[in-house]
Amino acid sequence: MITRRQGALAAVAAACMMVLGAGAQAQEFVPALVFDMGGKFDKSFNEAAYSGAQKFKKDSGVDYREFEVTNETQREQALRNMARRGATVVVAIGFAHATPLQVVAKEFPNVKFTIIDGVVDLPNVQSVLFKEQEGSYLVGMLAALTSKTGKVGFVGGMDIPLIRAFACGYRQGVVAVNPKAEVFENMTGTTPAAWNDPTKGGELARSQFDRGADIVYAAAGATGLGVLQAAKDLGKLSIGVDSNQNHLHPGSVLTSMVKGVDVAVYNAFKDAKAGTWKGGIQNLGLAEKAVGWALDDNNRKLVSAENEKKVNDAMADIVSGKVKVVDYRAGNSCPAK
Amino acid sequence: MGENGVLLLLMIDATVRVATPLVLAALAGLFAERSGVVDIGLEGKMLGASFAAAAVATVTGSPWLGLVAAVLVSMALSMVHAVACVTYNGNQVVSGMALNILMAGLAPTLAFAWFSQGGQTPMLGPGARFAPIVLPFAEALAPVPVLGAIYGRISGHNVLVYIAALSVPLVAFVLYRTRFGLRLRAVGENPQAVDTAGISVAGLRYRALLCNGVLCGLSGAYLSIAHGAGFVRDMTAGKGYLALAALIFGKWRPLPTLLACLLFAFTDALQARLQGAVLPGLGAIPVQAIQALPYVLTVLLLAGFVGKAMAPKAIGIPYVKER
Repeated sequence: MITRRQGALAAVAAACMMVLGAGAQAQEFVPALVFDMGGKFDKSFNEAAYSGAQKFKKDSGVDYREFEVTNETQREQALRNMARRGATVVVAIGFAHATPLQVVAKEFPNVKFTIIDGVVDLPNVQSVLFKEQEGSYLVGMLAALTSKTGKVGFVGGMDIPLIRAFACGYRQGVVAVNPKAEVFENMTGTTPAAWNDPTKGGELARSQFDRGADIVYAAAGATGLGVLQAAKDLGKLSIGVDSNQNHLHPGSVLTSMVKGVDVAVYNAFKDAKAGTWKGGIQNLGLAEKAVGWALDDNNRKLVSAENEKKVNDAMADIVSGKVKVVDYRAGNSCPAK
Repeated sequence: MGENGVLLLLMIDATVRVATPLVLAALAGLFAERSGVVDIGLEGKMLGASFAAAAVATVTGSPWLGLVAAVLVSMALSMVHAVACVTYNGNQVVSGMALNILMAGLAPTLAFAWFSQGGQTPMLGPGARFAPIVLPFAEALAPVPVLGAIYGRISGHNVLVYIAALSVPLVAFVLYRTRFGLRLRAVGENPQAVDTAGISVAGLRYRALLCNGVLCGLSGAYLSIAHGAGFVRDMTAGKGYLALAALIFGKWRPLPTLLACLLFAFTDALQARLQGAVLPGLGAIPVQAIQALPYVLTVLLLAGFVGKAMAPKAIGIPYVKER
């Protein structure tokens, strides 16, 4: 009897070991992604992160865990839960994760964290910033080259230095082409809800079209969908942001300022898997092809060969350092108006 | 017509667009509250309706079917409120709040389950939304100075804007000129008297909440299939509460409520245009200050000009026949 019981115990123990072993093996590499407000399918910022993660899943066959933040208090919980449940690398999307990450990254020094659009100065955090002003400069140029009225608009999401940097780069690009051009600038709000209010976005865009603008650039997450819709409804042009949004309303979206959030997410996962992931701050711009403007079949007819060349020349000048685009965040001021 | 005149017309245009959902929701609230039922659930019903409208319009491609779905969903939610508050004498604020929380969660969840786009519905194409309607003679009158410009602005809105505009006199007529309206007002002031006269208090309140559901449904549909093009999580963004504030501001009467809605919408349109504007002597005003403008104005007006808000006497009190 005793031997049988011992045998049974041993079997149970062995089973436990196997389960634990399997668990440990699964824990070897677990990538995780925490989205920002606005949701995974905002067709813009978060969706870029999503497509990067999907690409990684397809290439590597490793599934990732994800969480969509729908209110501010969830950020810290989400990050901590991901780390506690054995994530190897956690990518946090959006500047607002910086504060909670400061706390959580200290609690889990062995977990790798990557934050997009924010800076956390800890050894196990990789901060990825983009030079949005450079991409915005290019779409600003294209807007000024295309505008017939000499008036263009900008609708931002939440009023933060990051979005001001978009606006400032855009202004610089517009003024570089047409010093007399007028730029209308509106921010949707001062809380994170401003990323998810397409009704308000549409209304702001309409107010700018009413004042004579014929192109409006939206840097506002899901709020931007309302801007693009308003432009479509009124037969005007819009400029998308973060993801390539040209396909949303073909013939009405002049171009999109694409930001390589997808590449950043993909690289964070890939490097962490390969063991080449490094902490620290990355600042990615045109030179790294991390920002740019989108030209495809959907907007081909809106961009003349001449304008395309001008914008691409400016891109080369920025990369070579001949043209300097001022970052609003450097001095909290914008040289263009 | 000078540049300022055109600008003013454009502002009025924007005001009308923003005010439409507020007017419809506030009139919905008026029916409920005049009958003695507090309706804090406007927000949730609007949200449910906007989701239903977008979902049905996406599947069928018809905005009219979307509108019908929105109205049905909103009426169903109103009936939930009615069962809780009128039949079972529940707390009306709690029931309304429950609707808000329920719809804030349920709508994105269903959207996620049905359309797998993260709590949104797909963007609607042109045929699946209410398009702007050009009124007769708008083009013929366009060259006429002043009149042409004004009529040109009255024309060119979608059908729900006109429905909202017509619903104000209609509601006023029902409330003040019909037997139903008289009884409705009485049941909100003194349900005992109504009951003594042999009229069912519960029946009247149920009918009031049905009207409430219809108007709320129109309001929600406006957001997702007329002004917007699809449902997005939390797309009502507090408009239900704002409508309730307008109703109180307008002292539970149709015309003042309409004016209150227009005022809220006008400050909203104003702040969109004031952002970044440079005022002489003051310089550029900070965005935050401008965005606080509608709320500051509301507080000032409520405190200084409106005077005492007299609610229907029996509001919030469940009617119990015999104690």
